[in-house]
Amino acid sequence: MKAWLPLLLRLALVVLLVAFITSPGWFEPLLKPLTENNAPAIYNQGSLLTLTLLHLRTVLIATVAATIVAVALAILVTRPAGAEFLPLSRSLVNIGQTFPPVAVLALAVPAVGFGEKPTLIALFLYGLLPIFENALTGLTTLPANVVEAARGAGMTGWQRLTKVELPLSAPIILGGIRLSVVISLATATIGSTVAARTLGEVIIAGLLSNNLAFILQGGLIVAALAVLIYDGLSAVERYAARRMGREAD
Amino acid sequence: MTLRFDKLGVVIAAIAAYAAFAAPFATFHANRIVPGQARSILDALPATTGPLLLAIVIVAALIALLRTPLALRLAASVVALVALALLIGVAGTFLTPAGNTFARISPASGFWILIFAFTLLLADVLTRLNLPPSARVGVLVVAALAIGLLLMWGRWDSLSILKEYSNRADSFWAEGSKHLTLALGSLLAAVIVGLPLGILCHRVESLRAGVLNVLNIIQTIPSIALFGLLIAPLGWVATHVPGAAALGIRGIGTTPAFVALFLYSLLPVVANTVVGLAGVPRAANDAARGMGMTDRQRLFSVEFPLAFPVILTGIRIVLVQNIGLATIAALIGGGGFGVFVFQGVGQTAMDLVLLGAVPTVALAFAAAIILDAVIEMTATKRRVETA
Repeated sequence: MKAWLPLLLRLALVVLLVAFITSPGWFEPLLKPLTENNAPAIYNQGSLLTLTLLHLRTVLIATVAATIVAVALAILVTRPAGAEFLPLSRSLVNIGQTFPPVAVLALAVPAVGFGEKPTLIALFLYGLLPIFENALTGLTTLPANVVEAARGAGMTGWQRLTKVELPLSAPIILGGIRLSVVISLATATIGSTVAARTLGEVIIAGLLSNNLAFILQGGLIVAALAVLIYDGLSAVERYAARRMGREAD
Repeated sequence: MTLRFDKLGVVIAAIAAYAAFAAPFATFHANRIVPGQARSILDALPATTGPLLLAIVIVAALIALLRTPLALRLAASVVALVALALLIGVAGTFLTPAGNTFARISPASGFWILIFAFTLLLADVLTRLNLPPSARVGVLVVAALAIGLLLMWGRWDSLSILKEYSNRADSFWAEGSKHLTLALGSLLAAVIVGLPLGILCHRVESLRAGVLNVLNIIQTIPSIALFGLLIAPLGWVATHVPGAAALGIRGIGTTPAFVALFLYSLLPVVANTVVGLAGVPRAANDAARGMGMTDRQRLFSVEFPLAFPVILTGIRIVLVQNIGLATIAALIGGGGFGVFVFQGVGQTAMDLVLLGAVPTVALAFAAAIILDAVIEMTATKRRVETA
């Protein structure tokens, strides 16, 4: 009885979200009371659908790049040849986290110009940290007997990595990707302060024209996307963990 | 004797070589808006100091490249960083035409990359030395004092970022204290509310999932939207609740920024309190009960001290996050260092952006190092006590 309720709620959220970004006009009467002086209740300087897709594309590109680099780095520092870099890479990741997103965005502008590029750089840098941390945890907490068994079976270093270590760490790495995506979804909105085309555009237009309806719709679309993607990735993670016989946390 | 290379040293030496020979050291702008002209180390410094800096960089890079004792590597990184810090000021004076108040000299990519390379070397040495937490704070204090001295001594006055500062000295400190008030005040409020809430969630299981879910969802709302959404309810409170306006509650400005930061801070505080209390060994609790402690005594003298390092970790996350997020307050008139960042972006004046960004990064960095040291100290103290 209770098991299908969360599923139903999520399904309702998906339907609502899709309905809102494809035909926002239907929701105008709901948002109208939030506006003053007959201001438009639905963002009218661009389609919400396009902005949502651009927003998701920015987050996707940054996350894919961050995943590749972070996992490669974690693999490197957990091999005997790269072990020297392990303590330093940990400190660098810690230091990296102290850079505020706004500062990274603003400082990237002189180097790459306004628009999507500084946003991608900031999202990439922020995305790296949680994925790297988790990949490191995954690769360094493998059950010793399994690794030994793989070695005993005569697997080469590469075979052990691709057939044993990475599949076993997959659930934990996925956990890092999930965290990184949720952070990026929210951070991408700040990209609109340097003219990136994301849902932040809607929120900033609302802040500038004092239009609460704009702020609300921009914020809610991003929040709904984050909740749904978080849930989806959690499900993938549980599936991977079940297959690998490891507990996801 | 065979020379052996240090793996990280190869990376550092390559970065330093690129920065010293292929990248510009300083940029000359005819005024604060126009794009600048790049100057290499030899062009940016007087005839004697230019080669001197190059020599220091080359020697330090060689020390990094080869397997050398830690003390030598430490000395090389410190000497290189100090030389860079001093000579960028010299370059500022040297490149500014006499009597010209419009020209701006800013450090260029080569300078920043050299700083990065030797900071990397320093960070590596400090990591390998495995310093105790108190010594790490000591290093931070020495670095802060050195930078403070250079600033007071006026060594960097010829650089563009300080020219931006001297035009705005008053507002810089006002925005700075606003920034700190926002970040620390909202943290304090979150601890006052979050700790009891966390304890409640720990004791009352039926409450836990609900509270944590709500706080999780708040985290997914983008910061600029949350700041904006609070404008309306707080504006309503200011006009309709007697006395609220007198307390300084407004729809725009500091109040919504404060409330938004407070809401974001709650999750790490509450979640870490719950995790910390759940991690208290059952044996410790049973022993306390066996001694006849009341629930309240058990909380304050057993559970709370044992959970403290985990709770502190939550506070560290919040503080670093709040110092960064407080920059966004500027978008809704809440002040803080973000004011300079957004003004600078608007005027495409990058030195103004730096004036806002550099202190923010420095504050967040210092907060992270200090709190990490405190966490480690409380955690090791506990381990010694329980051993």
